[in-house]
Amino acid sequence: MEILSVKGVNKRFGGLKALDDVNLSIEQGHVHAIIGPNGAGKSTLLNCFVGRLIPDTGSVTFLGKDLIGAKPHEINQAGVSRVFQTPEIFGDLTLQENVMIPTLAKRDGAFTMNAWARVDGQGEIRDKAMHMLEDVGLADKKDMTADSLSRGDKRRLELAMCLVQDPKLLLLDEPTAGMSRADTNNTIDLLKRIGERGITKIVIEHDMHVVFSLASKISVLAQGTVIAEGQPEDIKGDPRVQEAYLGGAHV
Amino acid sequence: MDAIVLQILNGLDKGGAYALIALGLTLIFGTLGVVNFAHGALFMLGAFCAVAFNKLIGLEQVVVDPTKTTAWGTPLETRVPYIEVWLGDTGTTMLNYSVPLSIAFAIPVMLLVGYVMERGLIRHFYKRPHAEQILVTFGLAIVLQEIIKTYFGANPIPQSAPDMVRGAMDLGIWIGFDPGTVVYPQWRIVYLFFSLSVIGGVFAFLQFTTFGMVVRAGMADRETVGLLGINIERRFTLVFAVAAVVAGLAGVMYTPILPPDYHMGMDFLVLSFVVVVVGGMGSLPGAVSAGFLLGILQSFASMNEVKTILPGIDQIIIYLVAVIILLVRPRGLMGRKGVMET
Amino acid sequence: MMTKISPRSDLLMLVLFTAAILTMPIWLAPIGAGYPDLLQKFAIFGLFALGFNLLFGLTGYLSFGHAAFLGIGSYAAVWSFKLLGMNPIPALLFSVVFSSLFAVAIGYISLRRSGIYFSILTLAFAQMSYNLAYSVLTPITNGETGLRVLQSDPRLFDSTSEASGPLISNLFGIEMTGYSGFYFCAVLLIIGFYISQRIFRSPFGMMLRAVKSNQNRMSYTGLNTRPYTLAAFIISGTFAGVAGSLLAVTDPLAGAERMQWTASGEVVLMTILGGAGTLLGPILGAGLIKYFENIFSAYNEQTLHAIFSFLPDFMEGAVVSLASLFVGEGWHLTLGLLFMVIVIFLPGGIMEGFNRITKLFRRRPSRVGKRTGHSHSPASANAAE
Repeated sequence: MEILSVKGVNKRFGGLKALDDVNLSIEQGHVHAIIGPNGAGKSTLLNCFVGRLIPDTGSVTFLGKDLIGAKPHEINQAGVSRVFQTPEIFGDLTLQENVMIPTLAKRDGAFTMNAWARVDGQGEIRDKAMHMLEDVGLADKKDMTADSLSRGDKRRLELAMCLVQDPKLLLLDEPTAGMSRADTNNTIDLLKRIGERGITKIVIEHDMHVVFSLASKISVLAQGTVIAEGQPEDIKGDPRVQEAYLGGAHV
Repeated sequence: MDAIVLQILNGLDKGGAYALIALGLTLIFGTLGVVNFAHGALFMLGAFCAVAFNKLIGLEQVVVDPTKTTAWGTPLETRVPYIEVWLGDTGTTMLNYSVPLSIAFAIPVMLLVGYVMERGLIRHFYKRPHAEQILVTFGLAIVLQEIIKTYFGANPIPQSAPDMVRGAMDLGIWIGFDPGTVVYPQWRIVYLFFSLSVIGGVFAFLQFTTFGMVVRAGMADRETVGLLGINIERRFTLVFAVAAVVAGLAGVMYTPILPPDYHMGMDFLVLSFVVVVVGGMGSLPGAVSAGFLLGILQSFASMNEVKTILPGIDQIIIYLVAVIILLVRPRGLMGRKGVMET
Repeated sequence: MMTKISPRSDLLMLVLFTAAILTMPIWLAPIGAGYPDLLQKFAIFGLFALGFNLLFGLTGYLSFGHAAFLGIGSYAAVWSFKLLGMNPIPALLFSVVFSSLFAVAIGYISLRRSGIYFSILTLAFAQMSYNLAYSVLTPITNGETGLRVLQSDPRLFDSTSEASGPLISNLFGIEMTGYSGFYFCAVLLIIGFYISQRIFRSPFGMMLRAVKSNQNRMSYTGLNTRPYTLAAFIISGTFAGVAGSLLAVTDPLAGAERMQWTASGEVVLMTILGGAGTLLGPILGAGLIKYFENIFSAYNEQTLHAIFSFLPDFMEGAVVSLASLFVGEGWHLTLGLLFMVIVIFLPGGIMEGFNRITKLFRRRPSRVGKRTGHSHSPASANAAE
């Protein structure tokens, strides 16, 4: 079943055509990787999915709901969560609070004036958050402030914040950028474990090692258009992909 | 028609002061990234440079003339400023021109004040949140104005313009109106031209010197300039000092228009901030044009014809404009896209 | 937060707070602050700072125009006296209604922007209110003279009572001056503290802290930040309005200078001095500022000479003239310096100072044993922040 459908999306920045008639179809339960050389428009595309950017033309539909023009929080409430390239977390708050907030957002919606109840009275929410922190291996750091974490831990925390909402679609923007090989492998393992929950994922990645260990389908983006699409094995040998990646080096 | 011309003129000199303060504010914000709530205090310090200079050269020698007596039979005391005793007529002229002459006094003083302020305080706040910058400079503004209050008292101290430009001038007859319709104080015209030339000077400085080029580059993209290995820090000090001098000079020359008191800085600061926001944070031409624009708007709003239709509009016009601008065009009239838009 | 927060520790805190506030006339007497006028100010400005802290301390939105709500609360209360009589209860209700209405309007517009723009917008609104109160709105505000209750006012519910001398607010026969006035304010302060405590501990409060921390993440987490900040703004503005009406209850007079931006600056200072974002800090800050204002502005040359008379003459003169810069009329200079010192050295305020000190004492013994243990303890994580 198709979960996200992208049709004819265009986006210009001044004279630069960042996205040129992009069409994508993301199937439920798949891990769909979007790869491409620098400046191909991968992050721009992702920004169009979460309401950070509004495409000039085209449509983005998520389970039949039109996402164009929807606010970021509405898109999240519809079931789309996103992990950023540089971790976006609540740096001044403790890890436990960091994970409780998305849990509450899932239960209470975009705004609830819950000013009389106590946070420490929300047993169910706390248990769910703690369970999630255990899943990503951060449970023993629950009372630390998020800013004091290492970069790798911050990413895992952000991932936990997204996963605790049980999203229908998870967007990952270079989840292993700047990580050591060991950390990268840990993250791959973690993402594979999440895969068992059946969450659909879109991964943007440079690192082919990550892409080929995770993705069930790959789209290759170059100069704002999808130039190839298919199973990982097909993509590996596709001459157009090699052209896109290596061609730039020769010019 | 003549009333409109008069209102435009009226707005220009106030606008000139706004523009000069706002220019420094936005220069500091654009380069140093600091929100300086003490900038109004610098304007006020400048004004008190004029007061201090006037007091200084006005120091009097008491001469007792035993041959003459007063009506009470005591020996007549005549008070003559030392400067007249020493320099004769030149001294008298100097006293007469005390306000413009105090520019020469104010420049080194303000440079020093700016230097000390940047080195001693502002420097440590580059990386701190805007809220803390606002708070610490707000505290400094209070300290500065209280110091001035201690030494000069709480009452306004009037300063007079040189005799030559003390009167009013009938500008109307030059541009074809009936005599007596557009009469305008000469000193205000002087102030207008003065502020224009200071603005021109600052722009020329930024445009034609290597130093200015670096500063402009820094305003456009701080990080990159820093990466080029240019020592931004040292230049920042000078930028701050220049901004202090500009605000100070605006204050010096404003004294014959508005007798300075210790809290004039705060009054001008709030308005100048509004000017910066309307012009666009970090935009120099924006600050200047918004300064004049708002000065003129304010004087239009205080016309009786306008006030009868919209009572109280003169009191709030500038703030109202700021609110509207911030809501419909957050980057201000001439601000660059993406600079401090949220 | 030195101990684990639980409903029980919060209850204890509330009980201790209540006891401390109600016994203030006793334990503040030795330092010369045990008289009603000053105690009333402690309670009123404590409430004002408490409300300001709900906005600034939790969400990080720095309002530079909060005094506007203080003024609106005062005007509303005086009008209630004029129309309905001298009972403080309707006056409180009046100011709650009006200050919250204004907060809705001003907040709705100002919160479209954040950072310094928000500060400037709120400042602009406060200045507009101040300027209008002084000029065009004179029929409502009585301009420069200030609004006061007159014998000729309708005062629906107590126009029959024969009042001789100045009109004083009274709660069913208890006059709202002196100690009874203080206890009235103190009860409201305690209620305010309780509300503030509930908000701090609630999911709503946690969301507000999340706003301060990272708005971006908040929206991508499915939360709409705007209503959260607006709700905080309205609550905060209403606290200020109630504080304003208490000013009018203890002294039935309202003037425009109450709305001036220096007054807005003062509440910012109180909050910062005590510690923004902490429960008790703002009240502590408000108390300290009002106390020192009172002490310092009462000094003059003569009292200073009396204090420093133990010094040799030549030194006494110098010390007195130096000290006199900071007292009496010079109190504002002290205030400005204090402002700077706090922001420069202790941005977390006095409460952070307390925490640092207690940590210093706690860590010393534990350091020996833990050197090889965890590299990150929660305490050190907080200290680094």
